Amino acid sequence: MIVSDDLFIPMRKDSSNAEAIVRPQLTYWQGAWIRLRGNKLALMGLVIIILLVGMAIVGPMISGHDYAKQSIISKNKAPSDANWFGTDEFGRDVFTRVWYGARISLFVGLMAALIDFFIGVLYGGIAGYLGGRVDNMMMRFVDILYGLPYLLVVILLMVVMGPGLMTIIVALSATGWIGMARTIRGQVLQMKNSEYVLAAKTMGAKPFYIIRKHLLPNTIGIIIVYVTLSVPSAIFSEAFLSFLGLGVQAPQASWGVMANDGLSTLLSGHWWRLFFPAFFISLTMLAFNVLGDGLRDAFDPKSRR
Amino acid sequence: MLSFVIRRFISMIVTLWLIITLTFFLMHAVPGSPFEKDGKGLNEAVAANLNAYYNLDKPLIVQYGLYLKQLVQFDLGPSIANSSDTVNKMIARGFPVSFQLGIVSVLFAIVTGIALGVVAALRHNRLIDYIAMIIAVVGISIPSFVVASLLIKYLAVEWKLLPTATWGTWQHVIMPALALAFGPIAIIARLTRTNMLEVLTQEYIETARAKGLSPATIVIKHALRNAVLPVVTLLGALIANVLTGSFVIEKIFAIPGMGKYFVAGINNRDYSVIMGTTVFYSALLIFMMFVVDVLYGIIDPRIKFHGKESKG
Repeated sequence: MIVSDDLFIPMRKDSSNAEAIVRPQLTYWQGAWIRLRGNKLALMGLVIIILLVGMAIVGPMISGHDYAKQSIISKNKAPSDANWFGTDEFGRDVFTRVWYGARISLFVGLMAALIDFFIGVLYGGIAGYLGGRVDNMMMRFVDILYGLPYLLVVILLMVVMGPGLMTIIVALSATGWIGMARTIRGQVLQMKNSEYVLAAKTMGAKPFYIIRKHLLPNTIGIIIVYVTLSVPSAIFSEAFLSFLGLGVQAPQASWGVMANDGLSTLLSGHWWRLFFPAFFISLTMLAFNVLGDGLRDAFDPKSRR
Repeated sequence: MLSFVIRRFISMIVTLWLIITLTFFLMHAVPGSPFEKDGKGLNEAVAANLNAYYNLDKPLIVQYGLYLKQLVQFDLGPSIANSSDTVNKMIARGFPVSFQLGIVSVLFAIVTGIALGVVAALRHNRLIDYIAMIIAVVGISIPSFVVASLLIKYLAVEWKLLPTATWGTWQHVIMPALALAFGPIAIIARLTRTNMLEVLTQEYIETARAKGLSPATIVIKHALRNAVLPVVTLLGALIANVLTGSFVIEKIFAIPGMGKYFVAGINNRDYSVIMGTTVFYSALLIFMMFVVDVLYGIIDPRIKFHGKESKG
């Protein structure tokens, strides 16, 4: 290798635009979106969720069957041209019922996640922001609730309130907000003492301004991740409760109710009655879980491994 | 340390009292009496006698006091649907079965989960890592009853390797324990992998390698011990998960455990059974969490018991 002298001439310094930022500046959201876009698994989850929601809306209408209409002639029919996913023991079309059930399961999941979000953010935010004695008392209360076995409490509430769609949502949110409140409170507490909040305070920013401009944008990532991950856990709990006979009542059907009804078919061989609801519960949970994981990596690149 | 244990113990008692109170008043807030089932009205004298027998004729606060007094003596009261049975007897019959199932699945979950997590971390970003993480995500996503159905379908019905249901020999334990352990395996594997990856970058691992220790010694003696510690904090929640999860699994496999009585209690609206089992299970779980918290302090000497929460 020949090393010529001109390689050692210092580069010309041009101080006029040394401060210029060459790369385009990305906002928080753009950065997160670019990282999410690179995560194929998470994108797949997002697409599946969109498809599932779309099918939940149009699915019950396109098959030409009614979800509750019984027919003795066509009971326990295998999947065919007429009944794409077969029929159940009352001759009801499984395809229609699966998508009708999707409405209920997704509705329960989304509602429970939203209620958790509102209560959790409010409670955790107030405790974290006020701090001191108020925080101490509020968190002592949460710690006690956190120690309760949550499924037992949910079952208890369901028994007392009677089965039904609304009671499931109420029972699930009654315990679901606790984790959210703890997370938010931890975040807010940590950020409240950070330099940029101190700087904002020194310059005379009002509490509401600090919450809106600093605390909220910095917790929003975690909130979104948490909400995404609490949807599948609510759907799972609903399926669990339905399985114990505490779910929505006939003729309404959620995936959990259908899987429970279909369980007897393990031996009779009418596999489609169990397979389709079980498959869609798993697919939905999978989609939300991988999307949640992807969002976590996207919003918090440091945590990525 | 001692003050931590005492403080933790008091908070355990408070939590327990809270759930007993909650359970009691929730159960008594249900309109109607347990004897009005199926719309059959009872003879007034009979109803009065029954109410007196179950102390239902007394004011609510007196009933509450009596219930607390019973509980202190570890008496969970008689069953309402079946007056010759008591909740204590049901627990004595059902709990050993559930306990056996629970222990097997918890042990299985811990061993498999940790092994999977360690292997994934050691082969980071290689095929095995991806496979392990796919198993982990799938494990969290598939409900235990779906796993149970698949196991029955293939292992029992198609290939006839194992008995389908009920309880008795060791072969009966395998499928329900597998189904119950599936979710926990995924959670433990993920946690172990994350911790292991972090521990492997530490300087003391580098030192151990520089000393010329064999890779196996480094992993087992230096890395694993530190990586597995956070899994211990998860144990309380894990046991809760497995115990409540077994309600569904016991129903599928027709196992005569606690779940059977609990589900029957729900279906019969047998309030004393629901109340008794809830209190029993809550007490058990809260005690488990207490043990795990104390244990954690003993295992990991770095934990200091100054703050209220010492979970890392």
